[in-house]
Amino acid sequence: MKYVDEYRDGKLARAIAAKIAAEARQDRAYRFMEFCGGHTHAIARYGLEDLLPHNVRMIHGPGCPVCVLPMGRMDDAIKLAQNPDITLCTYADLMRVPGSGDLSLIKAKAAGADVRMVYSTLDALRIAREEPHRKVVFFAIGFETTTPPTAMAILAARKEGLKNFFVFCNHVLTPAAIEAIVGGESQEKVALDGFVGPAHVSTVIGTKPYHAFAENYRKPVVIAGFEPLDVMQAILMLARQINEGRHVVENQYIRAVTVDGNLKAKAFVAEVFETRETFEWRGLGFIPDSALRLREEFSEFDAEKIFGVETVAAKDNPACECGAILRGVKKPVDCKLFGTVCTPETPMGSCMVSSEGSCAAHWTYGRFRDAQPLERQAS
Amino acid sequence: MCLAIPVQVTQLLDGDMARVTLDGVGKIISLALVEDVRVGDYVILHVGYALNKLDPEEAEETLRLFAEAGQIAGAGA
Amino acid sequence: MTLQRPKHRKLDIRNGRVDLSHGSGGRAMAQLIAEIFFPAFANDLLAQGNDQATFDVPAGRMAMTTDGYVVSPLFFPGGDIGSLAVHGTVNDLAMSGAKPLYLSASFILEEGFPLADLLRIAQSMGAAAREAGIKIVTGDTKVVERGKADGVFISTAGIGVAPEGIALSGDRAKPGDAIVVSGTLGDHGVAIMSSRENLQFETAILSDSAALHGLTACMLEACGPHLRLMRDPTRGGLAATLNEIAHQSGVGIRIAEDALPIRPQVAAACELLGLDPLFVANEGKLVAFVAPDAAEALLAAMRAHPLGREAALIGHVVADDHRFVQMATRFGGGRIVDWLSGEQLPRIC
Repeated sequence: MKYVDEYRDGKLARAIAAKIAAEARQDRAYRFMEFCGGHTHAIARYGLEDLLPHNVRMIHGPGCPVCVLPMGRMDDAIKLAQNPDITLCTYADLMRVPGSGDLSLIKAKAAGADVRMVYSTLDALRIAREEPHRKVVFFAIGFETTTPPTAMAILAARKEGLKNFFVFCNHVLTPAAIEAIVGGESQEKVALDGFVGPAHVSTVIGTKPYHAFAENYRKPVVIAGFEPLDVMQAILMLARQINEGRHVVENQYIRAVTVDGNLKAKAFVAEVFETRETFEWRGLGFIPDSALRLREEFSEFDAEKIFGVETVAAKDNPACECGAILRGVKKPVDCKLFGTVCTPETPMGSCMVSSEGSCAAHWTYGRFRDAQPLERQAS
Repeated sequence: MCLAIPVQVTQLLDGDMARVTLDGVGKIISLALVEDVRVGDYVILHVGYALNKLDPEEAEETLRLFAEAGQIAGAGA
Repeated sequence: MTLQRPKHRKLDIRNGRVDLSHGSGGRAMAQLIAEIFFPAFANDLLAQGNDQATFDVPAGRMAMTTDGYVVSPLFFPGGDIGSLAVHGTVNDLAMSGAKPLYLSASFILEEGFPLADLLRIAQSMGAAAREAGIKIVTGDTKVVERGKADGVFISTAGIGVAPEGIALSGDRAKPGDAIVVSGTLGDHGVAIMSSRENLQFETAILSDSAALHGLTACMLEACGPHLRLMRDPTRGGLAATLNEIAHQSGVGIRIAEDALPIRPQVAAACELLGLDPLFVANEGKLVAFVAPDAAEALLAAMRAHPLGREAALIGHVVADDHRFVQMATRFGGGRIVDWLSGEQLPRIC
């Protein structure tokens, strides 16, 4: 796979790892948060933690829209799906996410709800066209990456005059969340020295939105691709910034990310959506200006308005440590629920909900590190 | 989040659509979010849409930086 | 005066559909069996037309298994539900070291199912059985109302006989054992997914659906006493099979990512869908655990067989109370290869 395989070269990775080890100062720790689940996944799947020196630690951030979707919104989606007139189209990632009361879309489907897994908003539009008697609601989630395709679907529906296509919008904004982690209302101490910045979010929004953050909080940000070598190089770039006392935005993912991002995509998003005053992030609480809703002129497509969705906040288990884990103050193993009552089969908190959550990634890929040292195998 | 992968455009189709390939696996995707895409270009594919064009020169540059970091480390180790 | 036998029209295969009378036990059902299943499965035991087949039992240990087939779509690149219903059950027998002998086949048909498709499936089953050298000797047909099934469901049971002295079992893996797979991983799952309506992508990948008892016979001949166990990694892929065995045998398993045979197109399709080939189903592959000293001989025997040409040594068994299946990544790191939680679904994130 061109532009993929070259960025997964294990030999180069070990060389960059040696470079990180050589440049990381022994008298300090480096605690970097990778915001995105895509980075978390790369770190876990390729076992990058084993390549890093002991004083460089990666903290897995909240950058997985499935994880941070509050349970109340999941309940709303399940309720929509239970409406006999509605066909709920969803990305497969959401099928198993539990709402309150032990329901999920997959269970609602088993009980008769019309839930369809789609790969793209294009599929949801096709279903709406082919089944005009059904009210087709697209369960929209995701960061800036996934928002433009939703905007395109709404614009296409308007152009075609589709009257049975609606969007239940849960799109959220990355820079607001990064800021909330470092500068939020929380009294908890934040233990982070720098950020590996989003890959595909940044292909859309560009590098500019991170500058104020880096400046205000004096934390370096390196935007990085999702391939494992990208992550390794970003870690090296962050360590260098720390060593040199700098805190600027650097772009490792130059092959896909520009300063301004994708202007066309941003224009579509701005046409269809506006910022919500506040929105709840599971594990992080309410964050101002951190999510999008449909503009007034697109009300006829807004499932929230058409079907009168009123979100009731649902509480996570009080013993859940997701908030502290997302801030880098605690590790998954510090949580009493981790691996006991909270597992990928029965997630209790946001970090366990999707395979990209920090607890799920640690459980699924990395829990052997808690148990015993890895026995290396000659390859 | 945001699973996306570089794919190569093999055919431009009507309605801002295109056929793309990833190592011989073909798929039809939307080009509505990008501009000036030609056959042979690589685009980043996410949920059925091309998000951006991939810049081949910058991709080479990144690989060159990897190699550089690797060599220096190799020499110093 | 002699009574004239009433003349029955033959089944209208081209335009006909299964209706409720085909499952009623009456003349329509007899006709369906006579015109579709008997010719497709053609063999002496079935032709006796009894409600059961009777046959002599050869010496050795009997092996018996059963499996249900509900694949969607029914026809996919490289196979169909019919060939799968033969291969899957043959393979479950073969993994015990047994030589498969006889199959039963039970059909649940949905009212309205095209007879042409049923004939095609039956013929595919017959061809798969003949190729595997086994007989479908008894069967059953039921019809359910429209909407109560998905076209056709097939259940097959099989019996076979294992030679004396062969006792393969999932609890026999020992630390030090070598782990071998017979070929590329994930082909079947990717072929199926490529033909699902909501995922559509274009690929030349075919299902690997195949009967493996020829290969297993070669393996037993080459190093029978040193073989601990064999298993076919179907649903849940290689990851599920390795975890099953780690638990059954109370051992840990270590594999190397760069030793896994995976076709570039399968890897690419998995990238597109956000899937991991380790969890994707196979229908014509096996995993074998063998004493370390016999690994090379086993690999050589496998590679000499057409279905084992790409056989590879992928790892080994270790003592590990946690029963972890761990993989050394191509990157030089380590990770757990866990059971799949739930069904593997395409991801966007």
